Amino acid sequence: MTTLLDIRELNIEANGKKLVSDLSFTIAAGERLGLIGESGSGKSLTALAAIGLLPEGLQASGSVILDNRQVIGARDRDLVPLRGTAAAVIFQEPLTALDPLMKIGQQVGNAVKRRAKRDGGPTDKASIQREVLALLDQVALPDPYRISAAWPHEISGGQRQRAAIAMALACKPKLLIADEPTTALDVTTQAEILALLGKLVRERDMALLFISHDLPVVAGAVERVVVMQHGRVVETGAVSTVFDQPEHAYTQSLVAAARAFDDALEIAR
Amino acid sequence: MTDTATVIASPEGRKRRSWTFMIGAVIVGLHIVIGLLTLIWTPFDPAAMSGGRLEAASLTHLAGTDRLGRDLFSLIMIGSRIALIVGTGAIIIGGLIGMTIGLLAAFASKTLDDVLAAGLDILIAFPTLLLAMLIVASSDGASLWTAIVAIGIANSAIVARLTRILAKRVLSMDYITASRISGTSWLGVVTIHVLPNIWPTLLVNLALQFGLAVIAEASLSYLGLGTPPPNASWGRLLQEAQGTVYSAPLGAIAPGIALVSLVIGINLLADGLRDIADPTRRSRR
Amino acid sequence: MSLIEVRNVSFSYTRQSRTLHDINLTLRKGCNLGIVGESGSGKTTLLRLLLGLNKPTSGEVRFEGSPLDLGNRQMMRGFRRGVQAVFQDPYSSLDPRQRVFDIIAEPLRSLGIDGDKNEAVTQVLKAVGLSSDATERYPHEFSGGQRQRIAIARAIISRPDIILADEVVSALDLSTRIRIVELLKELSATMTFVLVSHDLSLVSSLCEEMIILERGHIVEAGKTHEILANPGHSYTQKLLGSIPRMPR
Repeated sequence: MTTLLDIRELNIEANGKKLVSDLSFTIAAGERLGLIGESGSGKSLTALAAIGLLPEGLQASGSVILDNRQVIGARDRDLVPLRGTAAAVIFQEPLTALDPLMKIGQQVGNAVKRRAKRDGGPTDKASIQREVLALLDQVALPDPYRISAAWPHEISGGQRQRAAIAMALACKPKLLIADEPTTALDVTTQAEILALLGKLVRERDMALLFISHDLPVVAGAVERVVVMQHGRVVETGAVSTVFDQPEHAYTQSLVAAARAFDDALEIAR
Repeated sequence: MTDTATVIASPEGRKRRSWTFMIGAVIVGLHIVIGLLTLIWTPFDPAAMSGGRLEAASLTHLAGTDRLGRDLFSLIMIGSRIALIVGTGAIIIGGLIGMTIGLLAAFASKTLDDVLAAGLDILIAFPTLLLAMLIVASSDGASLWTAIVAIGIANSAIVARLTRILAKRVLSMDYITASRISGTSWLGVVTIHVLPNIWPTLLVNLALQFGLAVIAEASLSYLGLGTPPPNASWGRLLQEAQGTVYSAPLGAIAPGIALVSLVIGINLLADGLRDIADPTRRSRR
Repeated sequence: MSLIEVRNVSFSYTRQSRTLHDINLTLRKGCNLGIVGESGSGKTTLLRLLLGLNKPTSGEVRFEGSPLDLGNRQMMRGFRRGVQAVFQDPYSSLDPRQRVFDIIAEPLRSLGIDGDKNEAVTQVLKAVGLSSDATERYPHEFSGGQRQRIAIARAIISRPDIILADEVVSALDLSTRIRIVELLKELSATMTFVLVSHDLSLVSSLCEEMIILERGHIVEAGKTHEILANPGHSYTQKLLGSIPRMPR
C-alpha cells in the first residue's frame, strides 16, 4: 500500500518555544486516520505543516513527505502542485473558509479550473459550470443552480461547509485533511456532514486525516487514531483499542470524560 | 487558537515603536518648553523693530528679521505656543463634541443612528479647511479662538464617527450584557466598560487630529484668516514671507521647519501611542 | 415555588417573522431545566426574555408571581439579584480592561449589596476552584475554561436563585468541559440552573427536566429521562439520533 503522508520527527517551534515535538505518523492511500487533541495540542499546526502552509515565524524541522515529495524546506513554488492534488483541506469555520466577495459557483469553479488545467482537461466555461453543479449535487446541496449563484452569507453554515467540501473535492485530492470540520455546526447538521464525508471518502477511495477534540465524532469517522497532547503523540492505535483500553493517562481522562457525557444519554435505557 | 498569534508577535517591532515614541516625545516636548518660555521671555520683543529689514541670520537674530525688522526667531517661538494652543483647543472641542455625538449615535435607535451616521458622513466629506473657513468667515472676525472653534467643529465629525463605531463594537460584546444583568445602569456601562475600552484608539486618533489641527490653522492664517503678528502663527509668517521668498528665503524656511518638525513629532508620538492602545501589550506576570 | 413563569409568550423582531410562538414555561426552584434547541430555534431569544433584556411581543413573563416590569427599578433590582447568567464565549464575556476583582465584584456594586467585597470575591473564587491571586490579573492571562469559571464566579456572587447558562461549555475542550460540568453539579446543590444548549448529553448530565425548541415552538417538554427513553416528537428523535455516540 502506498504511503501518502509520512511524517517523521516533526518539530515546530516559534520564538524558541516548541509547539510540536517529535511527531511521527503515516497515512497510507485510502486509510482514515484521526488526530485527537485539544487546543494547544498542535493538531492544527500539524495539518498545516503537512501541506507546507505554516504561518510566518514558525520553524519546522524533521521530515514531512507528502506524495513522495519532501515538504519541509521546500520552496513554496514546488509545493503548489502538491496542494489540491495530493491533499486538500477543510477547515473549521465555514464562514471564513469561503471568500465573502465571491459567489459560491465561482469559488468552486476556480478550484475545478485549476485542477482541469493540471490534468489537461477542458477549461471552457460550460464544462466548468457542469462540473461545479455536479459537485454541489454530490455534497447534497439542494438546488445546486441557486446555490452556485449565491453569496456565502446567503446560505446557512451547514451549506457553506458543504460548499467548502465541494471545493476540496474539486481538487480530486488523494488525501483529505479535515480540521474540526463540524465543530461549528449544529448537531443535526453535524450528523449530515459526517455522513456525507464518510460516503465521499469511501466512494472516491480518498485517504482521510480527521482532526478533532470530539471523541465520538472521530470514532465514527476513522479506523485508527493518534492522540496528541502539548505537541507530542501520547498514544496511537485502532479506535476500538484506544477507546476501550486507553494506556496513557491523558487518553484515559479524555475517554472517561467522553463516556461520562455519553452515559448521561443512557439514563433510562 | 490565539496561542500561535501571540507567540509570534515580534519584540523587534515593539522596540522600534518605543524609539519613535521617544523621538516624538522629545520633539513635542521641545516645542512645549519653547512655547511656555515665550510667556515670560523671548530673545527680542517680537513687536518691536529690533533690526534692519530682512536681515540674514546672525548670532543676534538667529533667524534673521522679517520685512518689518522684527526678530524672526522670537516670532517663531511664539508660533510654537500658538500652534500648541490651537492643537489642544481643537482636540478638546472636537473630542468633547465628537465623543458625545458618537456615544449618542451608538445608543440610538436604528433610524436615529442612520440619520446621525449619514449626517456625519456628509460633514466628513467636507474638506476640513473649507468647513473651518466657512465657520470663520461667518463669525465676527478672524481670531485665534474662532479658528480653534472652527477646526474643533470640523474635527468633531471624524471623532464622532470613530467613537460611534468603537462604542457599537463594545456594546455588542457579551460582557456588556453581563454588566446589565449585574444590575449596572446604562450610565454605569458607559463609564465602566465603554469608555475604558475605546479611549486608547480615540487617543491615538486625537493625537493625529492635533497635528492636522496645527496644519489647518497654519493654512487658515496663510490665507489671511488668522491673527496678525506679534501673536502670529507660522502660517501667517509664511504668508508674509511670500513676497520676499527669493531674496530672503529664511523668512519662509524657518517657520516651515518649525511647522514640519512639530507635526512630525506629533505623528511619531501618535504612532508610539498605538502600542499603549494594544491590549495584548499589557504586562503579563 | 415558581420563580419565573412564561405565559403564552410570543416574540417577533420584525413584523414579517416570528421568533417565538406561544411559549409556556415554568422555572421552579430546585429543578434544573434544559432548553434544547439548534440555531434558529429561538433559544437565544427565549433566554433574553427570561433575563429581562427584552419584552415579549405578546404574553407575559412573571417573576415571583408578578408580571416582570422592566421599568420598575425596585422589582428589577430584586430580579437581578435572583436571576443571573453565564454566556457562551469566554473571550467576549469578560471586559478585557478590567481586573478580575472588579469583574466579579460588579454585581455587588450595581445591586447595592452590602458587606465586605474582598470577602465575597474570595469566597466565590474558591467556590469555582480559582486561587485568590486571580483578582489582580486580567482576563487575557487566563485560559477559556478559567474564564468561564470567572464568569460563573461573577454570576454566583449575588447568591441568585437561578442561573441561566447559555451554551456555557460549547467553546471549551472536552477535558475542560467535564470539569466545568462537575462544578455546575456542585453549585446546583444551592442554586437552580437553566441550561440552554444544543448539546443533549450536556443537558442530560445536569437537568431533571427539559424542553425541546424547534423554530420557535416547544415540541416536547417533560422529565429528561422520560424524553430520552421515549422521545415523542419526530424532531426530538432526529436530535437524539444525530448525537455521535462512543463505541461500546
